[in-house]
Amino acid sequence: MSLLQVENLTIRFGGLLAVSDVSFDVEPGVVTALIGPNGAGKTTTFNAICGLNQPTTGRVLFEGRDISAYKPHERARLGIARTFQRLEVFGSLTARENILVAAEIRRRWARGHYDVQAETEEILDRVGIRSVADERVDAIPTGLARLVELGRALATRPRLMLLDEVSSGLGEGEESDLMAELLVRFAGEGLAVLLVEHDVDLVMRVCSTIHVLDFGKLIASGTASEIQANQVVQAAYLGEADEETMEAAQ
Amino acid sequence: MEQFIAFTIIGVVTGSVYAIAASGLVVTYVTSGIFNVAHGAIGMLMAFTYWELRVHQNWPAPLALIVVVFVIAPLFGALIERTLIRKLRDAPVATSLVVTVALMVFLIGAAQGLWTQSESRQLIPFFSPGGFLLSGVFVTWHETITILTAGAVAIALWFILSRTRTGVAMRAVVDDRDLAALNGARPFQVSMLSWAMGASLASIAGILLAPALQLNVTVLTFLVINAYAAAMVGRLRSLPLTFLGAMMLGLAESYVTGYVQLGGAFIGLRPSLPTIFLFVVLLTMPEARLRAGRLLRTAAPPVPGRNRSLAGAGILVGVAFLLSFGMDAVWLVRGGQALAFGMIMLSLVLLSGYAGQVSLCQMTFAGLGAFAMAKVGADGSPVGLLAAIVLAGAVGALVALPALRLQGLYLALATMAFAVLMDNMFFPDRRAFGTLGNLEVSRLKLPGLSFEGLQSYFVLLAIAFALSALLTQAIRRGPFGRLLAAMRDSPVACATLGLSLTRTKLTVFAISAALAGLGGAMFGGLRNSAGATDFLMLQSLPVLLLVVVGGITTAGGALIGGIALAMIPVIQDFVGTIDGLNYLLAGLAALSIGRSPNGIAAMLSADGRPFKRRAAATQEPPPLAPGQPEEVTPVVAAPS
Repeated sequence: MSLLQVENLTIRFGGLLAVSDVSFDVEPGVVTALIGPNGAGKTTTFNAICGLNQPTTGRVLFEGRDISAYKPHERARLGIARTFQRLEVFGSLTARENILVAAEIRRRWARGHYDVQAETEEILDRVGIRSVADERVDAIPTGLARLVELGRALATRPRLMLLDEVSSGLGEGEESDLMAELLVRFAGEGLAVLLVEHDVDLVMRVCSTIHVLDFGKLIASGTASEIQANQVVQAAYLGEADEETMEAAQ
Repeated sequence: MEQFIAFTIIGVVTGSVYAIAASGLVVTYVTSGIFNVAHGAIGMLMAFTYWELRVHQNWPAPLALIVVVFVIAPLFGALIERTLIRKLRDAPVATSLVVTVALMVFLIGAAQGLWTQSESRQLIPFFSPGGFLLSGVFVTWHETITILTAGAVAIALWFILSRTRTGVAMRAVVDDRDLAALNGARPFQVSMLSWAMGASLASIAGILLAPALQLNVTVLTFLVINAYAAAMVGRLRSLPLTFLGAMMLGLAESYVTGYVQLGGAFIGLRPSLPTIFLFVVLLTMPEARLRAGRLLRTAAPPVPGRNRSLAGAGILVGVAFLLSFGMDAVWLVRGGQALAFGMIMLSLVLLSGYAGQVSLCQMTFAGLGAFAMAKVGADGSPVGLLAAIVLAGAVGALVALPALRLQGLYLALATMAFAVLMDNMFFPDRRAFGTLGNLEVSRLKLPGLSFEGLQSYFVLLAIAFALSALLTQAIRRGPFGRLLAAMRDSPVACATLGLSLTRTKLTVFAISAALAGLGGAMFGGLRNSAGATDFLMLQSLPVLLLVVVGGITTAGGALIGGIALAMIPVIQDFVGTIDGLNYLLAGLAALSIGRSPNGIAAMLSADGRPFKRRAAATQEPPPLAPGQPEEVTPVVAAPS
């Protein structure tokens, strides 16, 4: 049984069909990606998985249990953590405090003792933000703030991580490589990682399964090479390229 | 049957006025996103303006009506939008509440200053005493006009919103301001227009209502709380549901008054009906959906370390001790008031400054504290203080419970409604505050220590403030304070980390209420009395406004706010008695400084110490133009 199962998910905002009959599974121990042009419904799907949006129809199952009616904090306690495309950091706290507070929140709901300070220090090193540990997060660059969110998600000791554009704001090359390495390591530890990502390069490098959304519909699922060869996907992305050219021209 | 028809007509008339007022509130809220607490105050001011033209200047009624409803009120509404509201776009709910509360308090002060309150004023109903008989019930022309006006307003709003270009633009702005702007709507003009319409509707409600009541500043202003209740039925969005809510409320009020004998203990129930109605509506509202991606604006100053806190507390107590030798009784009382107000304001530092929630009833909690001290600590026993803490804290938790699962705005409205409820039901009750409306409150006695003397009680107040400040700061430094800061910065992130927001908010609200209760008990001790009129809702507002002015994010800010509040009577002595000067000053101060997030305290401490450096580093970037990519700016996401 898959860790996460999204079944026939449909989300409607008024007259707008944001997500339409989408089904996919996420397995532990691998990195899975959800890609697609802007407005394809990726973040909406994320919100439905972590409880910020209610599905109009369809279900979300975690370890086979239907969690569609669970509140966000209840889902977090089951082991679902996430980062946000539009940052939701605790801006008035330092990077260290951001992670510490997440560990402390976990301590409030999880049973058993553990050393939140030590855990925080370990995470600071792990995601590579020790250099800004004592900076207020509203004063650090976006790329690093995304890493703070990543560290914060880790501090809840999740089993499924939903990472929304976690690499945007990072430099290309070395920083992107580090992110790839980090994601592979998470998967190696048995975590299920679900990515929403614009950096196609990164996706192709680390993801074992890729799901492609377009206009709220799942148009393709497969391995990196399968997706790259898929005509429908190419058409969808070319369409987006056109739009981007038009935007740039404006 | 005749009786039933009579009550129904009265109910519909009342409901009509509520509907007119509430629809104005809804129109401004949906198009500008700002809830106008001052809506009733605008209606009040316009009713007085109408009186001025109609009665004092003896203008003919139609001319006075047209000038007030179609010229003065809309211009005034547009002016408010242009000068105050426009800058509040994307500001946290706490800030926009403070600004509109400040406006309300300022308008109350202005009206009291312009039209001396000792004089009695009366507006005569339209075409009085004419009317007609409807199945044996006499209906006045004024009542008929009121109902017809509500109908006309409903039709006019429907027509404007669905049949005119401007109306369509208004609805588009509601859905997506930036998208509407791209399509040629001008959001600011639309917002300005909606405030003009809102003020105009408020003026109609005020003028229709005034003849039934004495032309009284606070009565007319508070009538808007009834309109809040009606608007809440429509979730502040739907106009048809708002009209329905208004009618339900009007009829319920009329039937209860007519059929239920309200004597003795329930004498205060009638004016409280809208408040109870508001609570019921809040209870039935669905839980607010958490939303990601709002604009982040955090400018909270760093928390002082333990040593700096201790040093500050020590200096305060030392200075108070030394000063106490040079102060006469009058100044000792004033200084003591400053410290007691400061303690009550500290409760807001915790609640608003740290946790980002707003309460408009801290003086009510203070009153409960004073009440507990009077009843339990009659001999100055510390048990009295304990009772004050427990009572205020428990009531605080109960009040917050229904509203906490909702957004900050609704919590604020619930606290306001609760304060009005207590104003009507608890404080005037003879069993609570005696026939004279005054209780004797003892000063604290500890084994071997007496604080009977004014000088020693003043020093005790300084110690109590210092300890409360230390406690507040210790909370902020600890895990719970971190949690509060996290919750203020991003509730949605906290939820996705597994935090139950409701429980956390409930805890901080209860602690804050308890602290206010303690402050109230100490305040009562200072004056050796607690009066039934010392803790009204209207007193809570200057407390909130002045702590914002002083700096709601720091203990120092609470002290500055307390001093400012205690010194208003001194200014009053200096410039001579002007009615409503305290409201005028508090409102004005908050309007001018209220939007700078850390108040005067931050300006004073900007002397090159770390505070300033950090503040400079975290100054908010200018608002982004729509479409600008968010990645270029650290942390702050572009509105889209």
